[in-house]
Amino acid sequence: MSFDLLINALIAGILLGGFYAAVTVGVSISFGILDIVNIAHPAFIILGSYIAYIVNQTLGIDPILTAILALPAFYLLGSAIYKVYYGAFEKRGQDSLRGLAFFFGLLFVTEVMLILVFGVDYRYVQAAYIDQTLHFGFVDLPLRMLVPCVLSLVMLGLLQLYFSRTFIGRAIMAVSQDQLALRLMAADPARIKRIAFSISIATAAIAGAFLIVIQPVEPSVGREYIGRVFAICVLGGLQSLPGTVIAAMLLGIIESLTATFYGPSWAPAVSFGVLLLTLAFRPAGLLGR
Amino acid sequence: MRSFLFYLVSILVGALFFAFARWLGNDYLFFAGYTVLQFIVLATAWNILGGYCGYVNFGSAAFFAAGAYSSVALHKLAAGIDRYFPESLAGLAHAILPLPIPVLIVIGGLVAGLIGLGTGYLTLRLRGAFFAIATLALAVVLQTLIVNWDFVGGSRGAYIIRPSDVPILGSYIEYLFLVMLILAVIAIAVARIIERSRLGFGFATIRDDEVAAEACGVPTLRLKLVATTISGALMGMAGAPFPYYIGYLEPGSAFGLAYTVNSIAMPMIGGTTSWVGPLVGALLLGTLQQIATVTISSAVNLLIVGLLLVGFVIIAPKGIVGLVQDFMRERGPEGSRPTWRSWLSSFANMRPGAR
Repeated sequence: MSFDLLINALIAGILLGGFYAAVTVGVSISFGILDIVNIAHPAFIILGSYIAYIVNQTLGIDPILTAILALPAFYLLGSAIYKVYYGAFEKRGQDSLRGLAFFFGLLFVTEVMLILVFGVDYRYVQAAYIDQTLHFGFVDLPLRMLVPCVLSLVMLGLLQLYFSRTFIGRAIMAVSQDQLALRLMAADPARIKRIAFSISIATAAIAGAFLIVIQPVEPSVGREYIGRVFAICVLGGLQSLPGTVIAAMLLGIIESLTATFYGPSWAPAVSFGVLLLTLAFRPAGLLGR
Repeated sequence: MRSFLFYLVSILVGALFFAFARWLGNDYLFFAGYTVLQFIVLATAWNILGGYCGYVNFGSAAFFAAGAYSSVALHKLAAGIDRYFPESLAGLAHAILPLPIPVLIVIGGLVAGLIGLGTGYLTLRLRGAFFAIATLALAVVLQTLIVNWDFVGGSRGAYIIRPSDVPILGSYIEYLFLVMLILAVIAIAVARIIERSRLGFGFATIRDDEVAAEACGVPTLRLKLVATTISGALMGMAGAPFPYYIGYLEPGSAFGLAYTVNSIAMPMIGGTTSWVGPLVGALLLGTLQQIATVTISSAVNLLIVGLLLVGFVIIAPKGIVGLVQDFMRERGPEGSRPTWRSWLSSFANMRPGAR
């Protein structure tokens, strides 16, 4: 148990945490801010991974660039899903039980369709930076982890700016607090929520590209992320983006330490432990009041 | 009187199917029938928490696998008595182990019930969504534990060599089928008793308005824990004979998402308000899947289940039972209730923002 190993595990955890922040931000918006329990989010992330994979294989375009190009498509997908969700559940006040079943159905259908089309083989992408590693003394910084981490923090920074500086962004933060007051400000809550939900699905395109840069992907990988994503979201205090980043880094570090010192096969259990402990002792999250 | 009639009819139907399959002399009918019965138990169990209380459990596979793996663990223990027990106890252990399947079912039920109680105790005090998420993650974690537990085979899986025949009945699969048939009747009877008891009315108040129920003095947390425990235990009981049915159990198949999606889809499609819904859903969907697996492929049949689930929750929230009830009422005295035509047109005219 050497010092080098510990430092490298910590740094790997921070890099992993940056990526987890990108995976979670969509759920922080949909579940944290809008109160829509979108458990299908990881499935959309995998969908993003596969789109990056197809374009990378056929045209050779960089996966992350592909994801940025795919943003409008994912935004429209999110918009369509919200319209169905709103019409079928939210408007009729049946959003709890049936809404959950609806999203679970979406998760399942997406996964099975991907299996039918692509099979269960692991798919990966090619890009110049994937195989390179920076070395600083005994510290290794693999670029396939560093690039997603940095870009993810940039994405979260931009979203935070959007939510705090623009009218629609502030309306999104307000929609969870007081819909009537929002209406008096001449903003339609359903439209605001639709925009926010579409943004949350759009982030899945980017997170999916990060995922396939970091590791090979097959359709059921998304399931491992469900526990992780909600653990981070709850730990981060549901609706705060800085909280999401801190919680993501924390979970990344814990997972990385567990994988280094106990073996990688235990890592999936960590997120659940964190989730249960948070729910039991601090359901308002780290930064909650 | 009605209860007595109900038990009589259900036992008669089961006995008739059993006699018919035996008369045909086709073992496949027993294999397929076992799966359908297993889904009846899972769907009924899910509905006790999901349909009566309104709390969604996404961890059916975890509870099912908990039951299955407790059987595997006991089977392995029986296989290695001389290694695991001191000599003084070995004689006694030989006399008790290997346990008969009904005992394994009880043990599997206990294990899964305790898991349900524990998860419920930690998460049910919060909003319903947290419980749903926790059960979803529970499956991943239990799978991780099993993968890392070498005694039950780890990720390699475990072979269970089942006896080729049993006394009286003869074939082992017929025995398993009969056990599952009895379990299905028990599960439906439990659901039916709950529905008509104080407990069931308590569950219904939680589903309809939990805050109001709490304010009226309904012990909501205790009732929710009871529901979670009963529901989890029944799922574990459905899983306990599974290793003997399948012969080879590995974590991937025991924790398969198919169990989770089926145990949600069947009550949702059948109708969640009474015990009839899960039964109808499981019979229809279970039979459909057996046919689709044989004629098309198993991936396509899961896709069908997923699409049916999404379609039913959007279009027919009350399931088949609800549709039938609506249809009967429509043919009776004409009320001012919306017809499906006016409902559909209101749905088509819906704009986001229109309230």
